[in-house]
Amino acid sequence: MNACPQPMIRVRGITKKYGEMIGCRDISFDLWPGEVMGIVGESGSGKSTLLACLSGRLDPTAGSVEYASREFGDIDVHGCPEPIRRKLLRTELGVVHQNPRDGLRLGVTAGANLGERLMSVGARHYGNIRAEALKWLAEVEIDAGRIDDFPKTFSGGMQQRLQIACNLITSPRMVFMDEPTGGLDVSVQARLLDLLRNLVSRLGLSVVIVTHDLAVARLLAHRLMVMQRGEVVETGLTDQVLDDPQHPYTQLLVSSILQA
Amino acid sequence: MTVAQAPASTEAGYNYGYLNEQTKRMIRRAILKAVAIPGYQVPFAGREMPMPYGWGTGGIQLSASILGPDDIFKVIDQGADDTTNAVSIRKFFARVTGVETTEKTGEATVIQTRHRIPETPLTEGQIMVYQVPIPEPLRWVEPRETETRKMHALEEYGVMHVQLYEDIARHGRIATNFMYPVKVNGRYIMSPSPIPKFDNPKLDNSPALHVFGAGREKRIYAIPPYTEVKSLDFEDFPFTVETWDECCALCGAEDSYLDEVILDDAGERMFVCSDTDYCATRRSQGHFGPMAGREDLAELTGAASENEGRNA
Repeated sequence: MNACPQPMIRVRGITKKYGEMIGCRDISFDLWPGEVMGIVGESGSGKSTLLACLSGRLDPTAGSVEYASREFGDIDVHGCPEPIRRKLLRTELGVVHQNPRDGLRLGVTAGANLGERLMSVGARHYGNIRAEALKWLAEVEIDAGRIDDFPKTFSGGMQQRLQIACNLITSPRMVFMDEPTGGLDVSVQARLLDLLRNLVSRLGLSVVIVTHDLAVARLLAHRLMVMQRGEVVETGLTDQVLDDPQHPYTQLLVSSILQA
Repeated sequence: MTVAQAPASTEAGYNYGYLNEQTKRMIRRAILKAVAIPGYQVPFAGREMPMPYGWGTGGIQLSASILGPDDIFKVIDQGADDTTNAVSIRKFFARVTGVETTEKTGEATVIQTRHRIPETPLTEGQIMVYQVPIPEPLRWVEPRETETRKMHALEEYGVMHVQLYEDIARHGRIATNFMYPVKVNGRYIMSPSPIPKFDNPKLDNSPALHVFGAGREKRIYAIPPYTEVKSLDFEDFPFTVETWDECCALCGAEDSYLDEVILDDAGERMFVCSDTDYCATRRSQGHFGPMAGREDLAELTGAASENEGRNA
């Protein structure tokens, strides 16, 4: 990974306005291969807006996102033709939604959900698709016997793990996660985080993870960006930001953690 | 297929072909576009027809627009010429256009159908008109119309296989038996309407023109003559058609699509050709199935039982 001389994505001046309202303003950063970046901040601070802009699902008002693609070379995520953008979202980019039901097809079985991305890039051999699906089920610790069950019969934690597997099956290089542990109980959260951390380091993924849970950020993220009212107020290495917060808002955030 | 020349036999007070000339032009333009882009669904301003949606309003509008005074018209419903819907539509066009009608596949120039393609091979110059209930093949995997249009435009057809995957996962084989999706001319994925997959291979490189009309959803699409039509499948689960262990009980055909008919409360059953014209033609040529001679089934063979007497 060190051989790669350039950042995975280069974000410059991303601004998104909803009419007069500001979603996020003038955000720039680079993310390197294998790096995990956390975005923390209160509700409504523009975290999810920023994430949607980064992954190309939302058109920013200003600014650019440059992505070093395996297939297409350096491309401007918002300037490139739509077919390419949509193709990237099915292959090299992954999006893990907070609510797994947004990222899964609930009307088809777990196996079909896993196979969808493979079939969308041209896999036409049932046996191979199924073998790959089983491999990824095992990878996210879901029993192989559940492959023909519908995701709606899965628990919240299993649905979330299934969604993650669905994204990883086409070996993306970059995954965007929007509060992947939201709505899960603490023990399930811990297992999911453990799983994520292993996968991320083993596959060398670049990850942008949005969370309002500082513990999640500390566990997964190498770097941290703190957002308030659509702007980045502080950025730095995770431990540095959390142990020595400079901005008043970050200080408030860190001091609000309940000590168990 | 030109402008109105109302023959004396048409219904007074109605324009030739029931629809007004402007409407027919609009529909013909849509048909031309559909022919130019095989498998693409062309929107058209569907009109209210004197029958409910679901009874073939799309097909009727197509037939009304393409039937010329010299055409010979055939209508089948479930393969049969003598079912209520087929008889009504045939009568309707006989009244509003005065065209000659027939039950013989070989004689017809325009065949309106629901559910079946005739067993007798189609020839150049024939037009098949289909009544389509749901034109969108991606509907079941993606309910958003805005999204399915985009998927067609960008040729994003991966999800279509999700449906077939589900079939194999649940039933061990591709269990989709009708509306089996096809890829037309290597580009658009198309729903061949509710024909059984048995008929899909007949669409491939067919010498006839096939036009599909969906009245409720106001879409027209087409397969021009000699166009490649490929049924979707997996490499390890190739496309196959239905087969039957028995032959047609009346005409003995082994190559046609068979309907199962329950005969009595004791569980006796028979398989008969769904294409009545094909069955009758075979019987008149002296082919007989195992139940053809039975007195109690004479009603089913209809006119053919007279032929039987004549041949004997």
